[in-house]
Amino acid sequence: MLVGTGITIIRQQNLLAASMLSGIYSLLSACWMVELDAVDVAFTEASVGAGISTVLMLATLALTTRSEKKPVHKSFLPLFVVLATGAALIYGTLGAPPYGDPANVVHHHVAPRYVNDSYDETGIPNIVTSVLASYRGYDTLGETSVVFTAGVGVLLLLKRGKRSKREEKK
Amino acid sequence: MREHSIVRVVSKILLPYILLFALYVQLHGDYGPGGGFQAGVIFGAGCILYALVFGVNKARRVAPSSVVSSIMAIGLMLYAGVGVVCLFKGGNFLDYNVLRHDPHHAQELGVALIELGVGMTVAAVMFTIFMTYAERAKK
Repeated sequence: MLVGTGITIIRQQNLLAASMLSGIYSLLSACWMVELDAVDVAFTEASVGAGISTVLMLATLALTTRSEKKPVHKSFLPLFVVLATGAALIYGTLGAPPYGDPANVVHHHVAPRYVNDSYDETGIPNIVTSVLASYRGYDTLGETSVVFTAGVGVLLLLKRGKRSKREEKK
Repeated sequence: MREHSIVRVVSKILLPYILLFALYVQLHGDYGPGGGFQAGVIFGAGCILYALVFGVNKARRVAPSSVVSSIMAIGLMLYAGVGVVCLFKGGNFLDYNVLRHDPHHAQELGVALIELGVGMTVAAVMFTIFMTYAERAKK
């Protein structure tokens, strides 16, 4: 279903329908993440992907147009770049350790400490929260400032302040 | 959308629960899935729903742009401020253990404060982005 929705989004000429479908795509992938027991990620995907970003895309469409423009260039070079990158990525996965093997490196670095000791060290039952907010506090601070910067950027670019109104009067 | 009475009534009924659920996600992030980011997004979405259904002007009267943009900055400053307080109390930056005597209580306090900061910033940013788009579309 995910693949089907993705292909439909690509083939869709109407941008309104495409943004609706991308909301459906996010909701489907949220269901899939619940199936993988990644409830926090699924929650984020459902609220951000299916909720906010669909609304923001619709708001953008209200500012621009509803239908896709005909492309002016031939798309052979981008197709080649995409194929080459995809091939390189697939070649890279050949060197990755086998999926789900308990002896993998990722399961032996910091993960056992988080799983075994995080409750004793922080007193927070949800490991995801303790990792995000306590062990990886710097990263979350960075993410928050990224969100803040996005807000400031939108305000600076799109907001019509008092100054521009004064200039219009002149 | 002011003429669709079904949409108006249903969103009027749903809005308090959406905002309440956002607060639940915010405060319950320690125990269940969720946390500041998700709570902020849900809270922002609730405010956007209000703006969509009842009009941008009414939403602006509830949340003037100066208030929303200061909440945006206050959230980030709250997060960084917790780190600085930890520094002054003799720990490392964002090392919550020095906030209280019991490390568990200290960690819970620190995490709750920074999640509150994240939630405030995210909700304010989402609302601001939508409002800026909507106000520009109106002109």
